[in-house]
Amino acid sequence: MIRVGLPYHLRNLARVDAEVQLQVDGPVTQRTVLNALEARYPMLAGTIRDHVTQQRRAFLRFFACGEDLSLQSPDAPLPEKVATGEEPFLIIGAIAGG
Amino acid sequence: MSRVRVLVGTRKGAFILTSDGKREKWEISGPHFAGWEIYHMKGSPVDPNRLYVSQTSGWFGQIIQRSDDGGKTWHQPGTKPGEPTTTPEGMPMGESNKFVYDTSPETGKPLTTHQWYDGTQHPWEFKRVWHIEPSLTDPNTVYAGVEDAALFRTTDGGQSWHELAGLRGHGTGPQWMPGAGGMGLHTILLDHQNPNRMYIAISAAGVFRTDDAGQSWKAVNQGLVSQFIPDPKAEVGHCVHRIAMHRSRPNVLFMQKHWDVMRSDNAGESWHEISGNLPTDFGFVVDVHAHEPNTIYVVPIKSDSEHFPPEGKLRVYRSRTGGNEWEALTKGLPQRDCYVDILRDAMAVDSLDDCGIYFGTTGGQVYASPNGGNSWKAIVHDLPAVLSVEVQTLK
Repeated sequence: MIRVGLPYHLRNLARVDAEVQLQVDGPVTQRTVLNALEARYPMLAGTIRDHVTQQRRAFLRFFACGEDLSLQSPDAPLPEKVATGEEPFLIIGAIAGG
Repeated sequence: MSRVRVLVGTRKGAFILTSDGKREKWEISGPHFAGWEIYHMKGSPVDPNRLYVSQTSGWFGQIIQRSDDGGKTWHQPGTKPGEPTTTPEGMPMGESNKFVYDTSPETGKPLTTHQWYDGTQHPWEFKRVWHIEPSLTDPNTVYAGVEDAALFRTTDGGQSWHELAGLRGHGTGPQWMPGAGGMGLHTILLDHQNPNRMYIAISAAGVFRTDDAGQSWKAVNQGLVSQFIPDPKAEVGHCVHRIAMHRSRPNVLFMQKHWDVMRSDNAGESWHEISGNLPTDFGFVVDVHAHEPNTIYVVPIKSDSEHFPPEGKLRVYRSRTGGNEWEALTKGLPQRDCYVDILRDAMAVDSLDDCGIYFGTTGGQVYASPNGGNSWKAIVHDLPAVLSVEVQTLK
């Protein structure tokens, strides 16, 4: 199972408490993980990727295994530890505050 | 006994204030959708327990929430969990929070550009829903005014939204431009006597009217004068902040413009100024008494550079003559050191016998007058900045 960490507001929107776990068939990439996430929680469609362009929203970042994966291709394989569920795929909101 | 439900949208969530017809004691529920910007929430005139909410975020985009029980519970009226979110071709499906401009050849209205702050042309980009206007006859039909300015409609209770592309297809889009708050379609007025007629207003483009249920639109801005555009009397480009009408007299419109309070007696065909003796004619809100079509309310704001009441005195101004002659209403309102703003969607009226007037401030107060403005009381005073106020009178 793939583990996905969501920012506070999206956890509220999806009505989940902590990490969500998803079944992803085939290659584990940003695109396949987000597709599975939106299929399970359709209220999240459009909140992480733009509805039309499918581009990551500007104020969100993707981290995993201590790395920033935000600028990687959405079709690049995610780290093996994410694919095996050992590490979560983290969706992080940009810092707000001063 | 009648009850009143006040729907308050703020920078950090939604609040619902309820009272009996006396409007003395209030119960407050919320925050709903804590942490999100609630640009607007409004109930269906046909089914008052059907509420729609525009929930937005610069991080996460646009969400539409719906309640079928007067705000006790909420849901997003889109795709059910487990159902595919894309078509077999991989295109996103019409979820409830999806607002996509219509570029289909069938409409003949391709996506144009609009004017940017610096005068260059800029592509249309959806940002958020500013205003929700439920149909007068069908709880499942709702109009949404969005930024960048366009009009959307749902006919399935918010499950999917489709643009009424004839508005952007008016042809003047390249002359529309954003105000400081963005290029929003912020006002939607439905004609209670003519189901094919409605008015919308855009900052900064002006007022448009349709007489064929949204298929085609006419700019109705003759008489407006705006010094910040090359031709101050241009057909479009005016920063209209708000328009209002009384349901019994839909051809008479009142407008708070960037500067100037205006009136039209012919469905927007021409406008004339009614600022009269106001201390300043800049402001955002304007509304009409529920039972007196010639009694109107504005809250003057010092200037376009100083968005707070003149002299630090929060004063609602009432005209019982349809404009020009105004009286200051101050009883119960702070008359010193008050520097809040009252945003364009933050005033509403109830329809009880003694008409109640309500407005919210960027300081988090919601003031109510149960007597047409004669006296005021803050029914809540420490909310986040108030973006919108709507009122439902419940039988």
